[in-house]
Amino acid sequence: MSTTTVQRSAAMIASIADPGVPTTPAPFGHTLAALADEDPRLVGLTADLAKYTDMHVFAQAHPDRYFEMGMAEQLLVGAAAGMAAVGLVPFASTYSVFATRRAYDFLCLDAAEPGLNVNIVAALPGLTTGYGPSHQATEDVAILRGMPDLTIFDPADAVDVEALVPAAVALPGPTYTRLLRGQVPRILDRYDYTFEVGKAKVVRPGDDAVMVSSGLMTMRALLAAEELASRHGIEMSVVHCATIKPFDEETVVREVTSGRPAFTAENHSVVGGLFEATAGALVRRGAAAKVRPIGLPDAFLDAGALPTLHDRYGLSTTSVVARVLDELR
Amino acid sequence: MTTTTTTAASAVDAQRLEHVRQVAHDIRMGVLEQGEAQGEGYVGQALGIADVLAGLYGDTLRLRPEDPEWEERDLFLLSIGHYALALYSALAAARVIPREELLTYAADGSRLPMSGMKTYTPGMEISGGSLGHGLGQAVGMALGLRLRGQHERRVVNLLSDGELNEGSTWEAAMSAAHWRLGNLVALVDLNGLQADGRTEDVLRLEPQEDRWASFDWRVLRIDGNDLHQVLGALDAATAVAAPEGTPTVILCDTRLAHGVPVLEAKDKLHFLRVAPEEWPVAKDQLTARHEGEQR
Repeated sequence: MSTTTVQRSAAMIASIADPGVPTTPAPFGHTLAALADEDPRLVGLTADLAKYTDMHVFAQAHPDRYFEMGMAEQLLVGAAAGMAAVGLVPFASTYSVFATRRAYDFLCLDAAEPGLNVNIVAALPGLTTGYGPSHQATEDVAILRGMPDLTIFDPADAVDVEALVPAAVALPGPTYTRLLRGQVPRILDRYDYTFEVGKAKVVRPGDDAVMVSSGLMTMRALLAAEELASRHGIEMSVVHCATIKPFDEETVVREVTSGRPAFTAENHSVVGGLFEATAGALVRRGAAAKVRPIGLPDAFLDAGALPTLHDRYGLSTTSVVARVLDELR
Repeated sequence: MTTTTTTAASAVDAQRLEHVRQVAHDIRMGVLEQGEAQGEGYVGQALGIADVLAGLYGDTLRLRPEDPEWEERDLFLLSIGHYALALYSALAAARVIPREELLTYAADGSRLPMSGMKTYTPGMEISGGSLGHGLGQAVGMALGLRLRGQHERRVVNLLSDGELNEGSTWEAAMSAAHWRLGNLVALVDLNGLQADGRTEDVLRLEPQEDRWASFDWRVLRIDGNDLHQVLGALDAATAVAAPEGTPTVILCDTRLAHGVPVLEAKDKLHFLRVAPEEWPVAKDQLTARHEGEQR
């Protein structure tokens, strides 16, 4: 007798944490709310997605400084720019697809060109929902990398999120954060790591391979590295790029030209993201290296349950391990 | 619904009116000088809106010319970047920038680019040009000023009728009423023409009073080339300016190239190309009109 397990497509609330990885609830919301206790300039805005971007935590703590702008992303970003122009430090939250596809012109001209401290926190980056292409921001970094003077963060976990919020407040210009929300994995505190704007960090050393990663794929890279070490005797270095722009070319090029088999791993299309930033850096510096991209295909992705999709598109820890073993054989 | 056509003109005294009339003339002359320097430009719109800008920069806005970043100033947002030459002229009339600098308009290295930008020009509050951006930023500024307790400061956004095509304008209009931004004033230049033709043919705009009123704005509609009406409407809009209240829109019917018959007569008024020998004629006509009004 066989039974079929139906994976629930509870896509919008799916956790991206692997089994056994501890999580922290709503690190963005709690960090922003705590900072705002001390800094009266901080304000929060959202476009009808407070509960889904952890902005509700800030809203409850500071209702007088919280602004629900409705399902109007152009207004969300424009109004945030207006607030920054009169001396406030806004954090505006929505989903990545809406921040980038709908509000690009407003982020570019209202915030980036005048260099205003506008901080966009965008949930569901890359493939973190099973809702299908309407909600999967597989190209958000590609869209935004061309925008001058915009800082792009792709945090790996709650440690990164908690560190980047005060960093974004301190940066004078605009930022875009690929927000991890809800029950957010917490893994970087097991390593010798500190978040630093614009820096790639070797989180885990290893002589047999090197994986340059960003966002939640750093969590997967670290879990894969531990499995490769314990079960296959392969030591893989993991280099985490919490900042995609400005890109730490020096560190990344040094690591991928070290003679070890090199990979990039990103929760994003292989077009226009971490892989191409790495490739561009190599060519610009006259360096040669084969780099194998792990990332999402240049395609509109399927809808479905998130774990299934991560397996299908090669982002799961199991897929990453298999891919490295394949390449090393 | 609060649709009103202003009748406050009688409250405008003669001395005040004469001052603003002189500012309007200075703005128009500055526009012609900038147009002559380049040989072309959005001169028609600039001449049409000159009276409204004169009311603002000659009378209404709280500014410190020597300190464009003065912390207590009113914020004027020009979302229609291509009207920049009109605003440069108004800033010169208000002595925020030197009058002679107008001759550098749109030249290489100038602080006065063809399309107005915050990062280039003292007194510019936003970078315009991509339309439909002004009112959203105005909402943020008005909310921000209220939060910071700066209740005396007003936010004024000048937008164009073509800009009403942009959906973002209506997102912002909805929001301003929702947040009860009494410190926000929108001015709409209804000159009836946009890049592809008459606004009514491109995308129908009317009935403007009903549309804004249905968004819960207080609506005034005036002849934007009648200084009595301009000052009356600005008085009415700003008299009630308060951090809480209904936002006000002043719908300004204007005439392209108003005040300069040689330009008013042209067919293609959206972007004016003017022969070199026509500029002196234009300036003479403007001066004659001004002197006639003074008599």
